[in-house]
Amino acid sequence: MTQAEVDDTLKRIQEHKGVQGYLIINNDGIPIRSNLDASLTQQYAALIKSLSDKARSTIREIDPTNELVFFRMRTKKHEILVAPEKEYTMIVLQATDVQ
Amino acid sequence: MDIQYVYTKKRAEFGRQVHFTDRPVEIVADIQPNPELIQEYVARNPVDIGVQNVREFSEHWVNTVRFETENRGINHVEGGWPKDVNSLEPDQTSRFRKKTEKEDGYGRAILSLGHSIEHTIKQNNAIDIYENYFQNLEPDVVEEAPYAKTINIYRDPHSTQRTANHISWYADGPRKIAVSYCNLEFQSATSDSFIDSYIWDIENPTKPELYLKPISPLVCIEFNPKDTHQLAGGCYNGQVCIFDTRKGSTAVEQSLIENSHRDPAYKVIWLQSKSGTEFFSASTDGKVLWWDTRKLSEPVETLILDIEKKGRIENALGAMSLEYEPTMPTKFMVGTEQGRIISCNRKGKNDAEKIGSVFPGHWGPVYALQRHPNFTKNFLSVGDWTVRIWSEELRDDCIMWTKPSMHTITDAQWSPTRSSIFYTTKMDGTLDVWDILFKQNEPTLSMQVVDEPLHCLRVQESQGRLIACGSQNGTVTLVEVSDNLCTQGKSEKTLVSGMFDRETRRAKILEARGRAKRDARTKSAQGEKGEKPTTEGGTGESDLKEADPIDKAEKDFWKIIEEEKRRRDRKFVADDEKAAGESGAVT
Repeated sequence: MTQAEVDDTLKRIQEHKGVQGYLIINNDGIPIRSNLDASLTQQYAALIKSLSDKARSTIREIDPTNELVFFRMRTKKHEILVAPEKEYTMIVLQATDVQ
Repeated sequence: MDIQYVYTKKRAEFGRQVHFTDRPVEIVADIQPNPELIQEYVARNPVDIGVQNVREFSEHWVNTVRFETENRGINHVEGGWPKDVNSLEPDQTSRFRKKTEKEDGYGRAILSLGHSIEHTIKQNNAIDIYENYFQNLEPDVVEEAPYAKTINIYRDPHSTQRTANHISWYADGPRKIAVSYCNLEFQSATSDSFIDSYIWDIENPTKPELYLKPISPLVCIEFNPKDTHQLAGGCYNGQVCIFDTRKGSTAVEQSLIENSHRDPAYKVIWLQSKSGTEFFSASTDGKVLWWDTRKLSEPVETLILDIEKKGRIENALGAMSLEYEPTMPTKFMVGTEQGRIISCNRKGKNDAEKIGSVFPGHWGPVYALQRHPNFTKNFLSVGDWTVRIWSEELRDDCIMWTKPSMHTITDAQWSPTRSSIFYTTKMDGTLDVWDILFKQNEPTLSMQVVDEPLHCLRVQESQGRLIACGSQNGTVTLVEVSDNLCTQGKSEKTLVSGMFDRETRRAKILEARGRAKRDARTKSAQGEKGEKPTTEGGTGESDLKEADPIDKAEKDFWKIIEEEKRRRDRKFVADDEKAAGESGAVT
């Protein structure tokens, strides 16, 4: 039941305008699900996981009652959206619309 | 009073071990106070003592130890897999993945994460939050005081004193500079002096990026604008050499010493050619040599700088600086040690045709020469404590010049982005910024870069914001100037071209008048010598005198004075007679 919902959600995300790829990693940085190729998946999983941990600890240190909910990195080529949670993290790449 | 203690010792006891013993105190001398001496002194009352009730401060400065950074890479290997899963086995990893996907928390987590991600994606698609609204607005020219600040200092890692006498920027962006170091003092080359030159990376002032090891110290070095890995260098012993940064530190090619210059090759410039392999060099031995990098054993062409066009090398002027503009590939200019500036054309069949016009130049060696990047008819030259701006149309005199400064000016360059600005370096270590539209009698901004003489400067081509200056003890300083010194105003180009035209016209008019006066004088001189009647000569002379306004003004003045005097005398005499008549009438 939840499996179907999960697939549905991921399909919906992928069909949004501009989405180039998505990636789901667990707490240890292991990529669970992704639609990018293996080496890119690996790179994103490792690098973004450590960055997201650093961001989270930064927010925690500044204000212990606060916590990181979401963060985005806008680059020249695309925007990287990172949604961290206690156990899993979802990463989505969206192209920046050059109007 | 002499206090002495005399003791005797037997000769046989010399050298024996000393035995120390205690003994009671003994007064050797006793000096009593003499109360009569107080008569010679008077008590001072009141006594003035300055007292200040402030906190005591002391000044102390501390410089931190230089933070050495090094860039290193780390190899990431896949990890984080639990112990029982071998990350290289694809079926084990996929089994693990499927297991996690079946977990309860997974589904819930994905749903909530998906929700927030979707929200953001929709946001992104709805509005472009980074839209640039006013793209076509020109940045306003802010009227702030110009400033220049030092960004980085690159010190010679070697302790021997060598001058940084030429700097060349990397052709592809402001990332690297090549600096040539050479001790140019006469006959001071010691055998232990270091002869390397360096390429510095802008970001790393602790260690040069590359050491260049020539056979003889480099006097000048230039990056090849076409091939960014190649550099041409002129050596102290007259040879020229080519370096390739991909191929290591030693020179890839070296010219044969028999065919090279006999004096240090002071300037080397790359030429604009189809193959991108040609350059030319000049030296104080009076020759300008053209080279091709593919064959450095002998020069392609030679030019002897004999301005009488007879090709005699004994008469040749030594060249100190060269000027070449890639947009005019056949013309170039040479600044000589004797002060003249020679404009030459490469397309001559022999030496006589190659040497064009000669400008009088300076009273000393011409250390720098550069055409204006936007107005190629005007060029600036540096020597004899002044900077002069010339126009090619006028051969006799410069059109603009700075007043002589207190220190020798060693190098100058036009700003590549602003038409009215040029930079100079002086022997007292200052970097001057001259803006000829703003102030002409003194520099707009003068910055003390270092305490020892600065020998060379180079402005970075693309933005004109970074300036590298080299000093006598080998320190290269990178200076950044403020925005209003590198961004050009709208009407600046027309104003500067108007100024140059005006000054050229003024100089031309002065020259024409000078010539007319000289012609008239020679004509009148001929009139006196010949058998012409003196009246003609006289009219000629009076014509000449009339033509000279100062003399005319003087003569008019004296005429008026004489007339006034005569009138006064007459009036005086008339009054006397009247007075005499009246007194006569009375009596």
